[in-house]
Amino acid sequence: MREFSDEELERYSRHIILQDVGIEGQEKIANSKVLVIGAGGLGSPVALYLAAAGVGEIGIVDGDVVDLSNLQRQVIHTTADVNVPKVLSAKAKMEAINPNVKVTVYQKFLDASNILDIVKGYDFVIDGTDNFSSKFLINDACVLANVPYSHGGILRFGGQTMTVKPKESACYACVFDSPPPANAIPTCSSAGILGAVAGMLGTIQAAEALKYIVGVGEPLYNRLLTFDAKTMNFRNVNFKKNPKCRVCGEHGIKEIKDYEAVVCEAKL
Amino acid sequence: MKLTINGESKEIKDGISLPELLVIENVEQPDMVSVQLNDEFVRQDEHKGITLKENDSINFLYFMGGGA
Ligand SMILES: [Zn+2]
Repeated sequence: MREFSDEELERYSRHIILQDVGIEGQEKIANSKVLVIGAGGLGSPVALYLAAAGVGEIGIVDGDVVDLSNLQRQVIHTTADVNVPKVLSAKAKMEAINPNVKVTVYQKFLDASNILDIVKGYDFVIDGTDNFSSKFLINDACVLANVPYSHGGILRFGGQTMTVKPKESACYACVFDSPPPANAIPTCSSAGILGAVAGMLGTIQAAEALKYIVGVGEPLYNRLLTFDAKTMNFRNVNFKKNPKCRVCGEHGIKEIKDYEAVVCEAKL
Repeated sequence: MKLTINGESKEIKDGISLPELLVIENVEQPDMVSVQLNDEFVRQDEHKGITLKENDSINFLYFMGGGA
């Protein structure tokens, strides 16, 4: 059990007075370790909110540097951070918000050779990547390592997210099977993204991580939440774990392999 | 016949196949959409053989690869 200082009790008071969180819930948050993959449009709000919430250890992965065109939505980075590695820029803001949080940076892109070792050390993973080879690789790694995670995808005015508890709930491949062919699907850089939509989806992912850690409510298991910010219609599509799933089914994957880079801008 | 498409009830002519419905509903890139029929996912290579029936519920789920 962890003793909170007076500073922490004051800082987290709005969590602690929440009936479903309380001091026990805040202790769970302080003892948790969350990995945020991608310090971009989704990773920015997730990392900011998880740091503010007092998640004990946050890992952040990204091999890129901040680009001017990122600043329209990647709210953890500022104009002064252009050309700075994203993980370092993100770590500085997270520590400025909450010095109680331990931030571990991985200034690299994940692939089959390193992802399992990194993911294994965490209680929950956030997919904030921007290409299908990464999204499927994260799904595979989390299923193999048995680590729950939040899938997130955004495009133009829309977003989709689901939370995966390996072995218990449907995984990303239960729904979409395998990556689409190269350049078949428009990307944010080719088709655009409303900056605030990244914030909408990222904050949903952060809330899912905190719900999972505290053990409150109903995570987005076995359902895909999709929204269209143009109409502000939100919809849940329900499904079950597919027993024949290529990844998590009876004859699912046994080892991790890289997917072909399927997007022209794929970096992972 | 009545079908529920993406959560909305719609009147669609009787006896159409799944690929025909994808055309009627203006689904872009039909080979890139994940189709769910009455809670089960339909594999791409099985689309052709499926004829829709009264009260079927169909969801179209689209790939979204952005995040950065
Ligand atoms: Zn699966």
